[in-house]
Amino acid sequence: MSFLSIRNLSVRLKKGPPLLRRVSLDVAAGEVRGLVGESGAGKSMIGKAVLGILPPSVEVTEGEILLDGIDLLTLPQAQRRRRIGALAALIPQDPLTALNPSHRIGPQITDRLVDILGWTRADADARARNLLAEVQIADPDRVLRSYPHELSGGMRQRILIASAFAAEPKLIVADEPTTALDVTVQKQILKLIAGMQARHGTALLFVTHDLGVVSKVCQKLSVLYAGMVVEDTSVADFYAAPRHAYSAALLAATPKYTDPSAGLTPVPEVVIATVQAEVAAFDRGQAHG
Amino acid sequence: MVDAKAIDGRSMIRRRAGLRLWLSAGWLAVLCAVALLAPWIAPKDPLAQDLFLGRLPPAWVQGAEPGYWLGTDSLGRDVLSRIIHGARVALTVALVAGTITCLVGATLGLMAGFLRGWVDIVISRLIDIWMAFPPVLFSILLIAVLGPGLMSIIIAIVVIDWTRFARVVRAEAMTQGAMDYVASARVAGRGRIGTMVREILPNVLPTIVVLLTLEMGIAVIVEAILSFVNLSISTDDPTWGGMIAEGRTSVHQAWWVLVFPLITLFLTVLSFSQLGEGLKDRFDPVLR
Repeated sequence: MSFLSIRNLSVRLKKGPPLLRRVSLDVAAGEVRGLVGESGAGKSMIGKAVLGILPPSVEVTEGEILLDGIDLLTLPQAQRRRRIGALAALIPQDPLTALNPSHRIGPQITDRLVDILGWTRADADARARNLLAEVQIADPDRVLRSYPHELSGGMRQRILIASAFAAEPKLIVADEPTTALDVTVQKQILKLIAGMQARHGTALLFVTHDLGVVSKVCQKLSVLYAGMVVEDTSVADFYAAPRHAYSAALLAATPKYTDPSAGLTPVPEVVIATVQAEVAAFDRGQAHG
Repeated sequence: MVDAKAIDGRSMIRRRAGLRLWLSAGWLAVLCAVALLAPWIAPKDPLAQDLFLGRLPPAWVQGAEPGYWLGTDSLGRDVLSRIIHGARVALTVALVAGTITCLVGATLGLMAGFLRGWVDIVISRLIDIWMAFPPVLFSILLIAVLGPGLMSIIIAIVVIDWTRFARVVRAEAMTQGAMDYVASARVAGRGRIGTMVREILPNVLPTIVVLLTLEMGIAVIVEAILSFVNLSISTDDPTWGGMIAEGRTSVHQAWWVLVFPLITLFLTVLSFSQLGEGLKDRFDPVLR
């Protein structure tokens, strides 16, 4: 029984083109699933749909999002929000805009524990201090009293990670959490997320365009193209022998740091034509069905 | 060395911003005190006419009478006392009209910018329609309908100027609404109104403060304009705009009747806008 189960989820711009085409994927409790694809493939859109933060310009046309066995899409708004708040959390992409510039760090972590989940102030404060220690922040008390602009990008991303784990969610959606950071910090942050995930046993939906990152963190993998899942496999199988031509091309296009002279291999035109034909065939099927 | 210089530059900016804040706040504080204590500190009765003492020059000019520091107007009324009493009307309008306009406009702007949807459509269309009216004519029309008086001026300012706040706050709220921290708050389970008040409002507040103080200055000017066209409160009570209107007719014989209320008005409006900028520098967490 998977903790998160997405079944045939289709999302489109209101009166516009489809963004997700019958996406299905599962994340078991404590499992890490990578979600890869090029820009615009819809990987972030899946994360947003799960967390109930789709922009108002898009609509869900079909499908189910089962979180711990209950379809979020059929729940009334307030109940859905409570359920998501209790079970899931987000590690956002850009640490610079993901903390509220007007509030100190401490309250940003603790306020929602107190206001929404009904913790006592003392419990929440202690929890925040422990979490900051866990993400290896040297001086938690000083950081809790700081404003976001007083801290570096890497520090802020650590805080966001700590904050995501604050209420012990069963599922975390990490939306390209390392994209906005430089490479040296990226590595630390990845290690941190992987470590926290393992310790807390949290299921993780890891959105990224970086296959190098996937191999380090994930067990399962969904490859997306134009809102369609073209391959759903385990990471080990994927690196051994990708089944879909597009996945293979994507894997070949990943730069090898061990061999800098190799240059870059773009995804071949013929592969793009193949996968686009599949998308077109899918859309024709939808139109007739 | 470079660092030391940069820090020095920052503290220079802060000191200058501080000076601006203190000068403008100081002038406004003095004005408030003067307005509150007007009956006790005004040297003369602002309404007492004495045709034998008409158009007396200010104290340092040849031909002045002792006790009439800034001279008298053509009816022999003391200019200084009238400015002091005029501050009461000016500040009442500035504080009351400015605050109500701010509350109305900022609330509507915040709702339009963050809640979007039909709320935004309705409020934005209202703003568009409002902005198509020429404000001076609109206010004159409103006063004509409501009848002259302090209350009417305040209502007119609120009715006309709320769009100033609504437009800017709406744009700002939209920008803030797209930030990741809003998404995080929503995921954590905050409702729409809760997110608006706790997450968005604090980030829009510095802008609102600047707009509020600007609006207070504008309210003083609007009151002066309406007094100038004789549509303000009853003509007996001294107002700066009324004094300027009367001074205009005799500017060649008695410049002081026009110039002193004008300077007071100018300093007051300038102080309001500088106060806003100074407060913003001081309370914006990013600039601080």
